[in-house]
Amino acid sequence: MTEAGHVVDAPLTPPAPRAGLIEVFRRRYLLRMLVQRELSARYQGSVLGLLWSYINPLSQLFIYWFVMGKIMGRSTEMFAVHVFCGLIVVQFFIETFNAGTRSIVRNRALVQKMAMPREMFPVASMLVSLYHMGPQLVILTIIVLLTGWTPDPVYLLGFLLALAIIAMLGTSLALMFSVANVFLRDVSSFVSILTNFVRFGAPMIYPYSLVDARFGSFAQFYLFNPIADAVLLVQQAFWVGSTKDPATTHAEHIPDNLFAYGFLALGIAAVMLLIGQRVFARFENRIPEQL
Amino acid sequence: MTTYPSSTSIVVDNVTKSFTLRYHRTLKQMAVAAIKGRDISNTFKALDGVSFTVEQGESIGLMGLNGSGKSTLLKLINGVMRPDSGTVLTRGRIAGLIATGAGFHPQLTGRENVFLNAAVLGMSEAETRRKFDDIAEFADIGKFLDSPVGHYSSGMFARLGFAVAIHVDSDIFLADEVLAVGDKPFKQKCLAKMQEIRESGRTLFYVSHAAGSVRKMCDRVIVLEQGRLAFDGNVDEGIKFVKYDDTDGEEHNPGETDDELGADI
Ligand SMILES: Nc1ncnc2c1ncn2[C@@H]1O[C@H](COP(=O)(O)OP(=O)(O)OP(=O)(O)O)[C@@H](O)[C@H]1O
Ligand SMILES: [Mg+2]
Repeated sequence: MTEAGHVVDAPLTPPAPRAGLIEVFRRRYLLRMLVQRELSARYQGSVLGLLWSYINPLSQLFIYWFVMGKIMGRSTEMFAVHVFCGLIVVQFFIETFNAGTRSIVRNRALVQKMAMPREMFPVASMLVSLYHMGPQLVILTIIVLLTGWTPDPVYLLGFLLALAIIAMLGTSLALMFSVANVFLRDVSSFVSILTNFVRFGAPMIYPYSLVDARFGSFAQFYLFNPIADAVLLVQQAFWVGSTKDPATTHAEHIPDNLFAYGFLALGIAAVMLLIGQRVFARFENRIPEQL
Repeated sequence: MTTYPSSTSIVVDNVTKSFTLRYHRTLKQMAVAAIKGRDISNTFKALDGVSFTVEQGESIGLMGLNGSGKSTLLKLINGVMRPDSGTVLTRGRIAGLIATGAGFHPQLTGRENVFLNAAVLGMSEAETRRKFDDIAEFADIGKFLDSPVGHYSSGMFARLGFAVAIHVDSDIFLADEVLAVGDKPFKQKCLAKMQEIRESGRTLFYVSHAAGSVRKMCDRVIVLEQGRLAFDGNVDEGIKFVKYDDTDGEEHNPGETDDELGADI
Protein backbone atom coordinates (compact mmCIF):
# COMPACT_ATOMS: atom_id res chain seq x y z
CA MET A 1 0.00 0.00 0.00
CA THR A 2 1.12 3.55 0.52
CA GLU A 3 3.94 4.55 2.81
CA ALA A 4 3.77 7.14 5.54
CA GLY A 5 3.60 10.72 4.47
CA HIS A 6 0.81 9.86 2.08
CA VAL A 7 0.48 12.70 -0.42
CA VAL A 8 -2.71 12.94 -2.42
CA ASP A 9 -2.32 14.37 -5.85
CA ALA A 10 -5.93 15.30 -6.48
CA PRO A 11 -8.04 18.41 -6.20
CA LEU A 12 -10.55 19.05 -3.45
CA THR A 13 -13.90 18.27 -5.03
CA PRO A 14 -17.44 17.56 -3.94
CA PRO A 15 -17.61 13.79 -3.44
CA ALA A 16 -20.98 13.24 -5.09
CA PRO A 17 -20.85 12.32 -8.79
CA ARG A 18 -22.50 15.02 -10.86
CA ALA A 19 -21.91 14.51 -14.55
CA GLY A 20 -25.07 12.48 -15.15
CA LEU A 21 -25.42 10.37 -18.29
CA ILE A 22 -21.92 11.25 -19.48
CA GLU A 23 -20.48 9.80 -16.31
CA VAL A 24 -22.47 6.61 -16.92
CA PHE A 25 -20.68 6.00 -20.19
CA ARG A 26 -17.35 6.96 -18.69
CA ARG A 27 -17.78 4.13 -16.23
CA ARG A 28 -18.54 1.45 -18.76
CA TYR A 29 -17.05 -1.33 -16.70
CA LEU A 30 -19.48 -0.71 -13.89
CA LEU A 31 -22.34 -0.42 -16.36
CA ARG A 32 -21.37 -3.75 -17.90
CA MET A 33 -21.32 -5.35 -14.47
CA LEU A 34 -24.81 -4.09 -13.73
CA VAL A 35 -26.12 -5.38 -17.04
CA GLN A 36 -24.49 -8.77 -16.61
CA ARG A 37 -25.84 -9.03 -13.12
CA GLU A 38 -29.35 -8.30 -14.31
CA LEU A 39 -29.07 -10.90 -17.03
CA SER A 40 -27.70 -13.62 -14.78
CA ALA A 41 -30.30 -12.89 -12.10
CA ARG A 42 -33.10 -13.23 -14.62
CA TYR A 43 -32.56 -16.87 -15.45
CA GLN A 44 -31.11 -17.94 -12.14
CA GLY A 45 -32.45 -21.32 -11.10
CA SER A 46 -34.19 -22.04 -14.40
CA VAL A 47 -33.28 -25.20 -16.28
CA LEU A 48 -33.81 -23.87 -19.77
CA GLY A 49 -32.14 -20.57 -18.99
CA LEU A 50 -31.58 -18.37 -21.98
CA LEU A 51 -33.63 -20.75 -24.14
CA TRP A 52 -36.72 -19.12 -22.66
CA SER A 53 -35.97 -15.94 -24.50
CA TYR A 54 -36.38 -17.91 -27.74
CA ILE A 55 -39.41 -19.90 -26.67
CA ASN A 56 -41.36 -16.88 -25.56
CA PRO A 57 -41.25 -14.90 -28.82
CA LEU A 58 -41.73 -18.09 -30.85
CA SER A 59 -44.91 -18.86 -28.98
CA GLN A 60 -46.19 -15.33 -29.55
CA LEU A 61 -45.34 -15.55 -33.19
CA PHE A 62 -47.25 -18.80 -33.42
CA ILE A 63 -50.28 -17.29 -31.71
CA TYR A 64 -50.43 -14.38 -34.11
CA TRP A 65 -49.85 -16.59 -37.11
CA PHE A 66 -52.45 -19.12 -36.06
CA VAL A 67 -55.17 -17.10 -34.35
CA MET A 68 -55.08 -13.95 -36.37
CA GLY A 69 -53.75 -15.26 -39.62
CA LYS A 70 -55.51 -18.62 -39.90
CA ILE A 71 -58.62 -18.37 -37.71
CA MET A 72 -59.54 -14.75 -38.15
CA GLY A 73 -58.13 -14.72 -41.63
CA ARG A 74 -56.54 -11.31 -41.72
CA SER A 75 -55.84 -10.38 -45.26
CA THR A 76 -52.51 -8.64 -44.64
CA GLU A 77 -49.77 -10.51 -46.40
CA MET A 78 -47.27 -12.29 -44.12
CA PHE A 79 -49.37 -11.13 -41.21
CA ALA A 80 -47.32 -12.93 -38.55
CA VAL A 81 -44.14 -11.18 -39.68
CA HIS A 82 -45.97 -7.87 -39.77
CA VAL A 83 -47.07 -8.32 -36.17
CA PHE A 84 -43.73 -9.67 -35.04
CA CYS A 85 -41.87 -6.62 -36.34
CA GLY A 86 -44.13 -4.46 -34.21
CA LEU A 87 -43.84 -6.78 -31.26
CA ILE A 88 -40.07 -6.55 -31.19
CA VAL A 89 -40.11 -2.77 -31.07
CA VAL A 90 -42.98 -2.48 -28.65
CA GLN A 91 -41.51 -5.03 -26.27
CA PHE A 92 -38.15 -3.34 -26.28
CA PHE A 93 -39.89 -0.12 -25.36
CA ILE A 94 -42.22 -1.58 -22.76
CA GLU A 95 -39.51 -3.56 -21.05
CA THR A 96 -37.18 -0.57 -20.88
CA PHE A 97 -39.94 1.61 -19.53
CA ASN A 98 -41.20 -0.89 -16.95
CA ALA A 99 -37.89 -2.28 -15.73
CA GLY A 100 -36.28 1.15 -15.85
CA THR A 101 -39.02 2.62 -13.70
CA ARG A 102 -38.45 -0.01 -11.06
CA SER A 103 -34.65 -0.02 -11.37
CA ILE A 104 -33.73 2.42 -8.63
CA VAL A 105 -36.06 1.04 -6.01
CA ARG A 106 -34.92 -2.47 -6.84
CA ASN A 107 -31.29 -1.51 -6.39
CA ARG A 108 -31.82 0.41 -3.18
CA ALA A 109 -29.20 -1.58 -1.32
CA LEU A 110 -26.60 -0.09 -3.61
CA VAL A 111 -28.16 3.33 -4.00
CA GLN A 112 -28.30 3.97 -0.27
CA LYS A 113 -24.75 3.06 0.51
CA MET A 114 -22.53 3.64 -2.48
CA ALA A 115 -21.73 6.86 -4.29
CA MET A 116 -22.31 6.29 -7.99
CA PRO A 117 -24.14 8.01 -10.83
CA ARG A 118 -27.63 6.69 -10.34
CA GLU A 119 -28.54 7.13 -13.98
CA MET A 120 -26.67 3.83 -14.24
CA PHE A 121 -29.74 1.86 -13.28
CA PRO A 122 -32.26 3.07 -15.87
CA VAL A 123 -29.58 2.89 -18.55
CA ALA A 124 -28.67 -0.65 -17.52
CA SER A 125 -32.35 -1.61 -17.78
CA MET A 126 -32.44 -0.33 -21.32
CA LEU A 127 -29.35 -2.33 -22.26
CA VAL A 128 -30.81 -5.48 -20.71
CA SER A 129 -33.97 -5.04 -22.77
CA LEU A 130 -31.87 -4.46 -25.85
CA TYR A 131 -30.03 -7.69 -25.14
CA HIS A 132 -33.30 -9.56 -24.88
CA MET A 133 -34.19 -8.33 -28.31
CA GLY A 134 -31.33 -10.39 -29.73
CA PRO A 135 -33.10 -13.78 -29.76
CA GLN A 136 -36.23 -12.21 -31.24
CA LEU A 137 -34.19 -10.70 -34.00
CA VAL A 138 -32.59 -14.05 -34.73
CA ILE A 139 -36.00 -15.68 -35.03
CA LEU A 140 -37.32 -12.88 -37.21
CA THR A 141 -34.34 -13.06 -39.55
CA ILE A 142 -34.60 -16.84 -39.91
CA ILE A 143 -38.30 -16.65 -40.72
CA VAL A 144 -38.04 -13.91 -43.30
CA LEU A 145 -35.08 -15.67 -44.90
CA LEU A 146 -37.16 -18.83 -45.17
CA THR A 147 -39.89 -16.90 -46.93
CA GLY A 148 -37.54 -15.45 -49.53
CA TRP A 149 -36.64 -12.11 -48.02
CA THR A 150 -34.80 -9.60 -50.15
CA PRO A 151 -32.81 -7.33 -47.82
CA ASP A 152 -32.41 -3.69 -48.68
CA PRO A 153 -29.41 -1.88 -47.14
CA VAL A 154 -31.17 1.48 -46.82
CA TYR A 155 -34.13 -0.11 -45.08
CA LEU A 156 -31.77 -1.96 -42.76
CA LEU A 157 -30.28 1.39 -41.77
CA GLY A 158 -33.84 2.39 -41.01
CA PHE A 159 -33.95 -0.51 -38.57
CA LEU A 160 -30.96 0.94 -36.70
CA LEU A 161 -32.72 4.29 -36.66
CA ALA A 162 -35.71 2.59 -35.05
CA LEU A 163 -33.50 1.07 -32.38
CA ALA A 164 -31.95 4.44 -31.61
CA ILE A 165 -35.37 6.07 -31.31
CA ILE A 166 -36.68 3.46 -28.90
CA ALA A 167 -33.48 3.27 -26.86
CA MET A 168 -33.48 7.02 -26.28
CA LEU A 169 -37.19 7.35 -25.73
CA GLY A 170 -37.28 4.38 -23.35
CA THR A 171 -34.30 5.64 -21.38
CA SER A 172 -35.75 9.13 -21.06
CA LEU A 173 -39.03 7.82 -19.68
CA ALA A 174 -37.21 5.34 -17.45
CA LEU A 175 -35.14 8.21 -16.02
CA MET A 176 -38.16 10.33 -15.22
CA PHE A 177 -40.35 7.59 -13.85
CA SER A 178 -37.64 5.85 -11.86
CA VAL A 179 -37.24 8.92 -9.65
CA ALA A 180 -40.99 9.33 -9.42
CA ASN A 181 -41.23 5.72 -8.31
CA VAL A 182 -38.86 6.42 -5.44
CA PHE A 183 -41.25 9.00 -4.05
CA LEU A 184 -44.46 7.15 -4.83
CA ARG A 185 -44.35 3.42 -5.35
CA ASP A 186 -47.68 3.55 -7.16
CA VAL A 187 -45.84 4.88 -10.17
CA SER A 188 -44.56 1.48 -11.30
CA SER A 189 -48.09 0.05 -11.31
CA PHE A 190 -49.30 3.06 -13.21
CA VAL A 191 -46.54 2.64 -15.77
CA SER A 192 -47.34 -0.99 -16.39
CA ILE A 193 -50.95 -0.06 -17.15
CA LEU A 194 -49.81 2.79 -19.35
CA THR A 195 -47.64 0.48 -21.40
CA ASN A 196 -50.63 -1.75 -22.13
CA PHE A 197 -51.89 0.97 -24.42
CA VAL A 198 -48.67 1.23 -26.36
CA ARG A 199 -49.44 -1.90 -28.34
CA PHE A 200 -52.45 -0.28 -29.91
CA GLY A 201 -50.85 3.02 -30.71
CA ALA A 202 -48.54 1.36 -33.19
CA PRO A 203 -49.39 -0.40 -36.45
CA MET A 204 -48.91 -3.93 -35.24
CA ILE A 205 -52.11 -5.94 -35.33
CA TYR A 206 -53.46 -3.59 -37.95
CA PRO A 207 -51.57 -2.28 -40.99
CA TYR A 208 -50.73 1.39 -41.35
CA SER A 209 -52.77 1.52 -44.55
CA LEU A 210 -55.86 1.10 -42.37
CA VAL A 211 -55.01 4.23 -40.38
CA ASP A 212 -54.36 6.07 -43.58
CA ALA A 213 -57.70 4.98 -45.04
CA ARG A 214 -59.75 5.72 -41.93
CA PHE A 215 -58.23 8.98 -40.78
CA GLY A 216 -57.05 10.50 -44.02
CA SER A 217 -55.03 13.64 -43.36
CA PHE A 218 -55.08 13.02 -39.63
CA ALA A 219 -52.82 10.04 -40.22
CA GLN A 220 -49.86 12.40 -40.11
CA PHE A 221 -50.56 13.04 -36.42
CA TYR A 222 -50.41 9.32 -35.89
CA LEU A 223 -46.93 9.46 -37.36
CA PHE A 224 -45.80 11.96 -34.74
CA ASN A 225 -45.75 9.02 -32.37
CA PRO A 226 -42.10 7.90 -32.31
CA ILE A 227 -43.06 4.33 -31.46
CA ALA A 228 -45.30 4.08 -34.52
CA ASP A 229 -42.46 5.37 -36.67
CA ALA A 230 -40.05 2.85 -35.18
CA VAL A 231 -42.47 0.00 -35.83
CA LEU A 232 -42.95 1.11 -39.43
CA LEU A 233 -39.19 1.37 -39.91
CA VAL A 234 -38.76 -2.20 -38.72
CA GLN A 235 -41.61 -3.41 -40.91
CA GLN A 236 -39.98 -1.64 -43.82
CA ALA A 237 -36.72 -3.44 -43.08
CA PHE A 238 -38.07 -6.97 -42.61
CA TRP A 239 -41.70 -7.34 -43.51
CA VAL A 240 -41.80 -5.47 -46.82
CA GLY A 241 -38.98 -7.53 -48.27
CA SER A 242 -40.68 -10.76 -47.28
CA THR A 243 -43.85 -10.12 -49.27
CA LYS A 244 -44.26 -11.25 -52.86
CA ASP A 245 -44.06 -7.82 -54.39
CA PRO A 246 -42.04 -5.56 -52.05
CA ALA A 247 -42.45 -2.43 -54.19
CA THR A 248 -46.24 -2.63 -54.15
CA THR A 249 -46.34 -3.50 -50.46
CA HIS A 250 -44.14 -0.54 -49.70
CA ALA A 251 -46.29 1.82 -51.73
CA GLU A 252 -49.44 0.55 -50.13
CA HIS A 253 -48.54 0.04 -46.46
CA ILE A 254 -45.59 2.26 -45.65
CA PRO A 255 -46.13 6.01 -45.47
CA ASP A 256 -44.17 8.29 -47.78
CA ASN A 257 -41.45 10.27 -46.02
CA LEU A 258 -41.09 7.58 -43.38
CA PHE A 259 -37.43 8.46 -42.98
CA ALA A 260 -38.29 12.10 -42.43
CA TYR A 261 -40.72 11.09 -39.71
CA GLY A 262 -38.06 8.73 -38.35
CA PHE A 263 -35.52 11.50 -37.95
CA LEU A 264 -38.16 13.73 -36.45
CA ALA A 265 -38.87 10.96 -33.95
CA LEU A 266 -35.16 10.70 -33.21
CA GLY A 267 -35.11 14.42 -32.53
CA ILE A 268 -38.12 14.13 -30.25
CA ALA A 269 -36.45 11.24 -28.42
CA ALA A 270 -33.25 13.26 -28.00
CA VAL A 271 -35.14 16.19 -26.53
CA MET A 272 -37.01 13.82 -24.23
CA LEU A 273 -33.71 12.38 -23.11
CA LEU A 274 -32.41 15.82 -22.23
CA ILE A 275 -35.58 16.54 -20.29
CA GLY A 276 -35.36 13.15 -18.59
CA GLN A 277 -31.81 13.85 -17.53
CA ARG A 278 -32.83 17.24 -16.19
CA VAL A 279 -35.73 15.87 -14.20
CA PHE A 280 -33.55 13.12 -12.85
CA ALA A 281 -30.80 15.50 -11.78
CA ARG A 282 -33.35 17.76 -10.17
CA PHE A 283 -34.70 15.09 -7.84
CA GLU A 284 -31.71 12.80 -7.56
CA ASN A 285 -30.62 14.51 -4.36
CA ARG A 286 -33.55 13.15 -2.49
CA ILE A 287 -33.35 9.60 -3.76
CA PRO A 288 -31.24 7.88 -1.08
CA GLU A 289 -33.20 9.22 1.85
CA GLN A 290 -36.58 8.35 0.37
CA LEU A 291 -35.81 4.71 -0.27
CA MET B 1 -14.36 30.73 -2.00
CA THR B 2 -11.73 30.03 0.57
CA THR B 3 -8.64 28.23 -0.57
CA TYR B 4 -7.36 25.33 1.40
CA PRO B 5 -3.78 24.09 1.70
CA SER B 6 -2.84 21.02 -0.31
CA SER B 7 -2.69 18.98 2.86
CA THR B 8 -6.42 19.36 3.49
CA SER B 9 -8.26 16.10 3.06
CA ILE B 10 -11.86 16.85 3.98
CA VAL B 11 -13.68 20.15 4.22
CA VAL B 12 -17.12 20.33 5.79
CA ASP B 13 -18.30 23.90 5.72
CA ASN B 14 -21.54 24.99 7.36
CA VAL B 15 -23.32 21.86 6.22
CA THR B 16 -27.00 21.36 6.79
CA LYS B 17 -29.03 18.34 5.82
CA SER B 18 -32.72 18.01 6.53
CA PHE B 19 -34.95 15.03 6.17
CA THR B 20 -38.64 14.98 5.56
CA LEU B 21 -40.61 12.57 7.62
CA ARG B 22 -43.83 11.55 5.99
CA TYR B 23 -46.33 10.26 8.46
CA HIS B 24 -48.78 8.89 5.92
CA ARG B 25 -48.19 6.79 2.91
CA THR B 26 -51.62 6.23 1.43
CA LEU B 27 -53.87 8.77 -0.15
CA LYS B 28 -56.64 8.02 2.32
CA GLN B 29 -54.42 8.61 5.34
CA MET B 30 -53.16 11.84 3.85
CA ALA B 31 -56.67 13.06 3.16
CA VAL B 32 -57.81 12.25 6.70
CA ALA B 33 -54.80 14.03 8.17
CA ALA B 34 -55.36 17.05 5.98
CA ILE B 35 -59.00 17.31 7.01
CA LYS B 36 -58.18 17.00 10.68
CA GLY B 37 -55.48 19.59 10.25
CA ARG B 38 -52.64 17.32 11.29
CA ASP B 39 -49.19 17.47 9.80
CA ILE B 40 -48.73 15.32 6.76
CA SER B 41 -45.01 15.66 6.91
CA ASN B 42 -42.37 17.21 9.04
CA THR B 43 -38.90 18.43 8.21
CA PHE B 44 -36.07 18.28 10.66
CA LYS B 45 -32.40 18.93 10.47
CA ALA B 46 -30.28 15.83 10.86
CA LEU B 47 -27.21 18.03 10.45
CA ASP B 48 -27.26 21.68 11.31
CA GLY B 49 -24.44 24.06 10.42
CA VAL B 50 -21.60 21.60 10.87
CA SER B 51 -18.13 22.86 9.98
CA PHE B 52 -14.65 21.38 10.33
CA THR B 53 -11.64 20.53 8.22
CA VAL B 54 -9.52 17.44 8.32
CA GLU B 55 -5.87 17.23 7.33
CA GLN B 56 -4.55 14.35 5.29
CA GLY B 57 -3.49 11.54 7.59
CA GLU B 58 -5.61 12.56 10.54
CA SER B 59 -7.60 9.92 12.30
CA ILE B 60 -10.93 11.17 13.54
CA GLY B 61 -13.26 9.50 15.98
CA LEU B 62 -16.85 10.56 15.38
CA MET B 63 -19.03 10.13 18.43
CA GLY B 64 -22.49 11.01 19.63
CA LEU B 65 -25.71 9.42 20.73
CA ASN B 66 -27.97 7.40 18.47
CA GLY B 67 -29.61 9.63 15.92
CA SER B 68 -27.18 12.48 16.38
CA GLY B 69 -26.31 12.47 12.67
CA LYS B 70 -23.06 10.51 12.48
CA SER B 71 -24.08 8.21 9.67
CA THR B 72 -25.67 11.09 7.81
CA LEU B 73 -22.41 13.03 8.01
CA LEU B 74 -20.51 10.04 6.67
CA LYS B 75 -22.94 9.69 3.80
CA LEU B 76 -22.32 13.30 2.86
CA ILE B 77 -18.56 12.83 2.98
CA ASN B 78 -18.82 9.64 0.99
CA GLY B 79 -21.00 11.31 -1.64
CA VAL B 80 -24.08 9.14 -1.28
CA MET B 81 -26.03 12.23 -0.27
CA ARG B 82 -25.55 15.89 -0.96
CA PRO B 83 -25.93 18.64 1.62
CA ASP B 84 -28.96 20.94 1.42
CA SER B 85 -26.68 23.87 2.08
CA GLY B 86 -23.02 24.32 2.78
CA THR B 87 -20.19 22.50 1.08
CA VAL B 88 -18.47 19.18 1.43
CA LEU B 89 -15.14 18.78 -0.34
CA THR B 90 -12.86 15.78 -0.35
CA ARG B 91 -9.48 15.01 -1.84
CA GLY B 92 -8.79 11.68 -3.45
CA ARG B 93 -10.50 8.34 -3.47
CA ILE B 94 -12.91 7.40 -0.72
CA ALA B 95 -13.70 3.93 0.54
CA GLY B 96 -15.30 2.51 3.59
CA LEU B 97 -18.33 1.07 5.20
CA ILE B 98 -21.32 3.32 5.67
CA ALA B 99 -24.00 2.74 8.27
CA THR B 100 -23.20 -0.83 9.19
CA GLY B 101 -22.98 -3.01 6.18
CA ALA B 102 -21.99 -2.78 2.60
CA GLY B 103 -24.05 -1.85 -0.41
CA PHE B 104 -24.51 -5.42 -1.46
CA HIS B 105 -27.10 -6.89 -3.70
CA PRO B 106 -28.94 -9.63 -1.81
CA GLN B 107 -29.55 -11.85 -4.85
CA LEU B 108 -25.95 -11.95 -5.94
CA THR B 109 -23.33 -14.24 -4.52
CA GLY B 110 -20.55 -12.94 -2.34
CA ARG B 111 -18.11 -13.29 -5.20
CA GLU B 112 -20.25 -11.32 -7.64
CA ASN B 113 -20.85 -8.68 -5.03
CA VAL B 114 -17.14 -8.28 -4.45
CA PHE B 115 -16.67 -7.48 -8.13
CA LEU B 116 -19.66 -5.19 -8.25
CA ASN B 117 -18.71 -3.37 -5.08
CA ALA B 118 -15.13 -2.98 -6.21
CA ALA B 119 -16.36 -1.55 -9.52
CA VAL B 120 -18.52 0.95 -7.69
CA LEU B 121 -15.54 1.95 -5.59
CA GLY B 122 -13.67 2.59 -8.79
CA MET B 123 -11.53 -0.53 -9.12
CA SER B 124 -10.93 -2.02 -12.55
CA GLU B 125 -11.57 -5.64 -13.38
CA ALA B 126 -7.86 -6.48 -13.42
CA GLU B 127 -7.30 -4.79 -10.10
CA THR B 128 -10.18 -6.69 -8.52
CA ARG B 129 -8.89 -10.00 -9.85
CA ARG B 130 -5.47 -9.25 -8.49
CA LYS B 131 -6.82 -8.48 -5.05
CA PHE B 132 -9.59 -11.03 -4.95
CA ASP B 133 -7.70 -13.70 -3.03
CA ASP B 134 -6.64 -11.21 -0.39
CA ILE B 135 -10.20 -9.99 -0.06
CA ALA B 136 -11.58 -13.51 0.25
CA GLU B 137 -8.93 -14.40 2.77
CA PHE B 138 -9.60 -11.35 4.86
CA ALA B 139 -13.36 -11.89 4.86
CA ASP B 140 -12.77 -15.54 5.69
CA ILE B 141 -16.32 -16.68 5.09
CA GLY B 142 -15.30 -19.92 3.41
CA LYS B 143 -17.80 -21.68 1.20
CA PHE B 144 -20.41 -18.97 1.61
CA LEU B 145 -18.52 -16.86 -0.87
CA ASP B 146 -20.52 -18.50 -3.62
CA SER B 147 -23.95 -18.25 -2.11
CA PRO B 148 -26.25 -15.20 -2.27
CA VAL B 149 -25.41 -12.57 0.34
CA GLY B 150 -29.10 -12.32 1.18
CA HIS B 151 -28.57 -15.50 3.18
CA TYR B 152 -25.53 -14.24 5.06
CA SER B 153 -25.52 -13.53 8.74
CA SER B 154 -25.08 -9.86 9.52
CA GLY B 155 -21.56 -10.53 10.71
CA MET B 156 -20.60 -12.26 7.46
CA PHE B 157 -22.15 -9.43 5.52
CA ALA B 158 -20.04 -6.89 7.36
CA ARG B 159 -16.91 -8.99 7.00
CA LEU B 160 -17.16 -9.14 3.27
CA GLY B 161 -18.01 -5.46 3.00
CA PHE B 162 -15.10 -4.49 5.15
CA ALA B 163 -12.78 -6.78 3.24
CA VAL B 164 -13.61 -5.11 -0.07
CA ALA B 165 -13.48 -1.58 1.27
CA ILE B 166 -10.15 -2.10 2.94
CA HIS B 167 -8.51 -3.34 -0.23
CA VAL B 168 -9.34 -0.25 -2.23
CA ASP B 169 -6.38 2.08 -2.58
CA SER B 170 -8.23 4.94 -1.00
CA ASP B 171 -7.01 8.20 0.42
CA ILE B 172 -9.89 8.50 2.84
CA PHE B 173 -11.32 5.60 4.75
CA LEU B 174 -14.72 5.83 6.43
CA ALA B 175 -15.77 3.24 8.97
CA ASP B 176 -19.24 3.42 10.48
CA GLU B 177 -19.67 0.98 13.33
CA VAL B 178 -17.89 -1.73 11.40
CA LEU B 179 -17.18 -3.57 14.55
CA ALA B 180 -20.72 -3.61 15.86
CA VAL B 181 -21.59 -7.03 14.48
CA GLY B 182 -18.23 -8.73 14.05
CA ASP B 183 -17.02 -11.44 16.39
CA LYS B 184 -13.99 -10.93 18.56
CA PRO B 185 -11.28 -12.29 16.24
CA PHE B 186 -12.68 -10.27 13.39
CA LYS B 187 -12.83 -7.11 15.45
CA GLN B 188 -9.19 -7.57 16.31
CA LYS B 189 -8.33 -8.10 12.67
CA CYS B 190 -10.23 -4.97 11.66
CA LEU B 191 -8.62 -2.83 14.30
CA ALA B 192 -5.20 -4.01 13.22
CA LYS B 193 -6.05 -3.22 9.62
CA MET B 194 -7.36 0.21 10.49
CA GLN B 195 -4.25 0.87 12.50
CA GLU B 196 -2.34 -0.01 9.34
CA ILE B 197 -4.42 2.43 7.33
CA ARG B 198 -3.74 5.11 9.87
CA GLU B 199 -0.03 4.49 9.81
CA SER B 200 0.04 4.61 6.03
CA GLY B 201 -1.02 8.23 6.22
CA ARG B 202 -4.54 7.86 4.93
CA THR B 203 -7.31 9.88 6.49
CA LEU B 204 -9.45 7.78 8.77
CA PHE B 205 -12.97 8.59 9.89
CA TYR B 206 -14.17 6.21 12.51
CA VAL B 207 -17.64 6.13 14.05
CA SER B 208 -17.85 4.21 17.25
CA HIS B 209 -19.58 4.06 20.59
CA ALA B 210 -16.60 2.31 22.12
CA ALA B 211 -14.38 4.73 23.99
CA GLY B 212 -11.51 2.29 24.17
CA SER B 213 -11.08 1.75 20.46
CA VAL B 214 -11.49 5.45 19.75
CA ARG B 215 -8.78 6.18 22.25
CA LYS B 216 -6.53 3.69 20.61
CA MET B 217 -7.26 4.53 17.00
CA CYS B 218 -7.87 8.25 16.82
CA ASP B 219 -5.99 11.45 17.40
CA ARG B 220 -8.99 13.74 17.33
CA VAL B 221 -12.61 13.40 18.35
CA ILE B 222 -15.64 15.12 16.89
CA VAL B 223 -18.89 14.89 18.78
CA LEU B 224 -22.31 15.52 17.28
CA GLU B 225 -25.31 16.42 19.37
CA GLN B 226 -28.65 16.50 17.61
CA GLY B 227 -26.99 17.37 14.36
CA ARG B 228 -24.77 20.11 15.72
CA LEU B 229 -21.07 20.03 16.24
CA ALA B 230 -20.75 19.88 20.00
CA PHE B 231 -17.09 19.11 20.43
CA ASP B 232 -14.01 19.03 18.24
CA GLY B 233 -10.60 18.35 19.69
CA ASN B 234 -8.54 16.18 21.94
CA VAL B 235 -9.47 12.49 22.25
CA ASP B 236 -9.61 12.18 26.02
CA GLU B 237 -11.60 15.36 26.44
CA GLY B 238 -13.94 14.26 23.69
CA ILE B 239 -14.59 10.96 25.35
CA LYS B 240 -15.19 12.75 28.60
CA PHE B 241 -17.54 15.08 26.78
CA VAL B 242 -19.78 12.26 25.58
CA LYS B 243 -19.46 10.68 29.03
CA TYR B 244 -18.28 7.42 27.60
CA ASP B 245 -15.30 7.27 29.90
CA ASP B 246 -16.07 4.24 31.95
CA THR B 247 -16.41 5.93 35.32
CA ASP B 248 -20.17 5.99 35.43
CA GLY B 249 -20.93 2.39 34.49
CA GLU B 250 -22.11 0.17 37.32
CA GLU B 251 -20.73 -2.97 35.84
CA HIS B 252 -17.30 -1.52 36.25
CA ASN B 253 -15.36 -4.35 34.84
CA PRO B 254 -13.13 -2.72 32.33
CA GLY B 255 -11.61 -5.85 30.92
CA GLU B 256 -9.66 -3.41 28.85
CA THR B 257 -9.87 -5.41 25.66
CA ASP B 258 -13.66 -5.49 25.66
CA ASP B 259 -13.73 -1.77 25.95
CA GLU B 260 -11.31 -1.44 23.10
CA LEU B 261 -13.20 -3.79 20.91
CA GLY B 262 -16.37 -1.86 21.24
CA ALA B 263 -18.46 -3.79 23.65
CA ASP B 264 -21.89 -2.31 23.16
CA ILE B 265 -22.93 0.20 25.73
N1 LIG C 1 -33.49 8.59 5.09
C1 LIG C 1 -33.90 9.21 6.19
N2 LIG C 1 -35.13 9.76 6.23
C2 LIG C 1 -35.56 10.40 7.32
N3 LIG C 1 -34.82 10.55 8.44
C3 LIG C 1 -33.58 10.03 8.46
C4 LIG C 1 -33.05 9.33 7.34
N4 LIG C 1 -31.80 8.92 7.65
C5 LIG C 1 -31.56 9.34 8.90
N5 LIG C 1 -32.63 10.00 9.39
C6 LIG C 1 -32.71 10.63 10.72
O1 LIG C 1 -31.62 11.48 10.89
C7 LIG C 1 -31.15 11.42 12.22
C8 LIG C 1 -29.68 11.09 12.24
O2 LIG C 1 -29.51 9.77 11.80
P1 LIG C 1 -28.10 9.06 11.70
O3 LIG C 1 -28.32 7.73 11.10
O4 LIG C 1 -27.16 9.97 11.04
O5 LIG C 1 -27.72 8.89 13.23
P2 LIG C 1 -26.43 8.22 13.85
O6 LIG C 1 -25.73 9.29 14.59
O7 LIG C 1 -25.68 7.48 12.85
O8 LIG C 1 -27.06 7.22 14.90
P3 LIG C 1 -26.56 5.77 15.35
O9 LIG C 1 -25.61 5.96 16.48
O10 LIG C 1 -27.81 5.12 15.83
O11 LIG C 1 -25.98 5.09 14.19
C9 LIG C 1 -32.02 10.41 12.94
O12 LIG C 1 -33.01 11.10 13.66
C10 LIG C 1 -32.66 9.63 11.83
O13 LIG C 1 -33.95 9.20 12.19
MG1 LIG D 1 -25.29 5.47 12.44
